[in-house]
Amino acid sequence: MDASTEFAPPPGPLPGGGRNLHRFANPGRFLRLSGRVLPWVSAIALIATAIGLVWGLGFAPADWQQGDSSRIMYIHVPAAMLSYMGYGSLALCAVLSLVWRHPLADLAAAEIGPVGAAATALCLATGSLWGKPMWGAWWVWDARLTSVLVLFFLYLGQIALVRAFDDPQRGYRAGAILALVGAVDLPIIKYSVDWWNTLHQGSSITLTGAPTMYVGILYPLIPMTIGMVAGFIAITLARTRAAVMERRIRALLQARARTEAVGQEAAI
Amino acid sequence: MTRKKRRLLVLLVCGLGVGTAAGLSLWALSSDVAFFTSPSQLAHDHPGPGRSFRLGGLVEAGSVQRTNEGGKPTASFRVTDGNTAVVVHYSGILPDLFREGQGVVSLGTLAPDGSFTAQEVLAKHDETYMPKEVAEALKKSGHWNPEQGAPPPASTWNTLTVKKTGG
Repeated sequence: MDASTEFAPPPGPLPGGGRNLHRFANPGRFLRLSGRVLPWVSAIALIATAIGLVWGLGFAPADWQQGDSSRIMYIHVPAAMLSYMGYGSLALCAVLSLVWRHPLADLAAAEIGPVGAAATALCLATGSLWGKPMWGAWWVWDARLTSVLVLFFLYLGQIALVRAFDDPQRGYRAGAILALVGAVDLPIIKYSVDWWNTLHQGSSITLTGAPTMYVGILYPLIPMTIGMVAGFIAITLARTRAAVMERRIRALLQARARTEAVGQEAAI
Repeated sequence: MTRKKRRLLVLLVCGLGVGTAAGLSLWALSSDVAFFTSPSQLAHDHPGPGRSFRLGGLVEAGSVQRTNEGGKPTASFRVTDGNTAVVVHYSGILPDLFREGQGVVSLGTLAPDGSFTAQEVLAKHDETYMPKEVAEALKKSGHWNPEQGAPPPASTWNTLTVKKTGG
């Protein structure tokens, strides 16, 4: 089955309703489901981010020695989480694409790339702005900062590779392989502050043990994280919907051009 | 074996290979990946005179001496990791977060007398965040002296965790 027919609107109900995973590969079903979810996710993103920003920047107590600079954390930490989760979802899409030949995973991966790269750029930029007044340097080559910079370049590579081929299928395949190889960077980022000594501090929030953060400082991080994750999901969904619709329109136009050509031939 | 299963297996084997390769390279490079050397490491792993490296540790309490040499602020302090301490001389403006008990990373060279001449001093703050009131309360109650190093475990001051009865 080639890509153009796969994304054409199905003529009728799919035989058997599809099998397991491929049930969600049906672009029509994806458009219906995502269309219903999208307004809610967008609303959650806007409301939670607004609450988190006002709470974190306006009302949360400042750190005793860093002062108001510590508030950069309310952008920096969720952006770091997004860059990480974005790449994780890219790797997941890559597995779905390479093993199960899931066509929606290819489209989603191509759309997640730029959003994840933007989150990583935001994380690096806010970190740099935070580093100068606190550490005394915009940038240092320690393990945490370097591994996140590598993640940013991996995103850029995936973005470029997916779009580098005339045949989109080959681009998706190359991008998926790069995304999977690059996933090695994720545990390195996570544990860089534990495995090696770095200038970047260790994690304040861990799965085991209490957060090393006063609750009044910690709480605004929760709506901020929810809001920014929801925003990431909303933007990715909207972009993937647009990509699916674009594919459909192209398939329809191609089909029409083909029938017109056949009609002209018949007329001659 | 279906084609899907075969592809999954190939992917797992490749993943294992890439992961092992990355792990081994990082293991081999671990001393270069480390951002700084601690004073204790310095004792048995001497970098040699004139070689530039980063020294990291806590500023020892009561060791900071600030002077003014020819209009340039100059400071000398001892950087410790609890076991060994190294004297650091630095001429220039220290970062805002610099204080006794704070983590610092300085770039420079070892002098023949074993002291360290820094060209750059960076502050390394830890992962604890607390408002001024909490820090003051901890200091007042004698639970924490910031000059002696890291704050007590978060469970003793973070209201997220249940306080022990009678404590």
